[in-house]
Amino acid sequence: MNWVLNNLALIGERTLDHLAIAVPAIILSFVLSVPIGWVANRYRASNGVLLWLSGSLLAVSGLLYAIPSLPLFLALPAIIGTGLRDPINVVIGLTLYGIALMVRATADALASVDPNVEQSATAMGFSGWSRFWKVELPLAGPVLLAGIRVVSVSTVSLTTVGAVLGIESLGLLFTDGLQRNIPGEIYAGIVLTILIAVVLDGILVLCGRLLMPWRHAAAPKQQAPTELVVNA
Amino acid sequence: MNLIVDAIAWILDPAHYGGPNGIGVRLIEHLWISVVSLVIAGAIAIPAGFLIGHTGTGRAAAVLVSGGVRALPTLGLISILGLSIGIGVQAPIIAFVVLAIPSMLAGAYAGFEAIDRRIVDSARSVGMTEWQIVGRVELPLGLPLLIGGIRSATLQVIATATLAAYISGGGLGSFIFLGLRTNDYTQMLAGSILVIALAIAFEGAFSALQRLVVPAGVRAGQRTKVRSGSPRSAAEAE
Repeated sequence: MNWVLNNLALIGERTLDHLAIAVPAIILSFVLSVPIGWVANRYRASNGVLLWLSGSLLAVSGLLYAIPSLPLFLALPAIIGTGLRDPINVVIGLTLYGIALMVRATADALASVDPNVEQSATAMGFSGWSRFWKVELPLAGPVLLAGIRVVSVSTVSLTTVGAVLGIESLGLLFTDGLQRNIPGEIYAGIVLTILIAVVLDGILVLCGRLLMPWRHAAAPKQQAPTELVVNA
Repeated sequence: MNLIVDAIAWILDPAHYGGPNGIGVRLIEHLWISVVSLVIAGAIAIPAGFLIGHTGTGRAAAVLVSGGVRALPTLGLISILGLSIGIGVQAPIIAFVVLAIPSMLAGAYAGFEAIDRRIVDSARSVGMTEWQIVGRVELPLGLPLLIGGIRSATLQVIATATLAAYISGGGLGSFIFLGLRTNDYTQMLAGSILVIALAIAFEGAFSALQRLVVPAGVRAGQRTKVRSGSPRSAAEAE
């Protein structure tokens, strides 16, 4: 406990470093997954090349998620030519994981939209583009939210792994605490990592309430994030 | 790309296979650590998941546990366990058991929960005991989701077992940590490629297994649905 009180500045700095890696990765994986998931879902029921494209998008994203994090952070410099201890490797690696989870979640979310509603929208004169933004995406929102919540929690937790390479995050409190035999430092890192995960999750839920007020009125039947991972 | 060629040459070099720090020994260590952790986690999580799925009580607690543990950073857990029980293989195994429990628990109870309540009620009304319902109805029907849970737990543990070497627990991660300490990027990358290859091999094996364990009757049902359904429901049935 003494260590924590004497090193509040260091802990604050590590927390900001942690957020600087995790938050961009979460946002990027969401933004990039929506178009990829749309393609995967759009051509799921077609045939020929397009079906193959859709199937392979889902298969590649599943396979990507199987790749262990530390080896990925180590292999990225060899592929994209960055430095071994560059935080950008961790941001890219975590974005890839986020995409791996979110592409399937996005495809499932878009598939969950009632086809009758889509056809009614078309019948009312929505163009394909505006139908996507004004009808499909909002209706897919709840499943998308469940997906990005899972991504957010796992990204915050995996950010610590970069510390093994010396990349600054709360994970450095683990490696440093182990080397210098300071349990308080490790506990501080664990507690703060969980706290960041909980706060970001709260922000996502709040965004969901603000963007999808109609769901708040109905009884929220949240899909448990755990089940989503099992299907991933 | 040259770096990758070097790493592959490192893997193919016969000199790196023998001895206590050879690829063979490290691979066996890696698998052994993973299997021990998974068996312990399964022994705890699967019966607990069945109980929750069968009785329907304690679901909220299970969701909370699975969600909460997911936020727990494994590296932090290994560090703190390493400090309290010393370096070696025990601390990582405990951490991997904790890591594997949520997926297995979720797979076990979600499998039971996904079963049509009418099927369970009919089994009860034709006179099956609770044990028979669990063993002959719920277990086979819930098996695909349970295997799904075991699959994600296995992949997570195989991947994370790399971190066992962080506190001298052995496994394929040893090459990565030795490489980091000696600034030998070729060895780090070679270790990484080995772990990635192992994880992908397991992913492939499990996706084949998951297709095999769908009960014959359920599979037949799916097939009819595919034939008679609209294109969209056919895609969803897969």
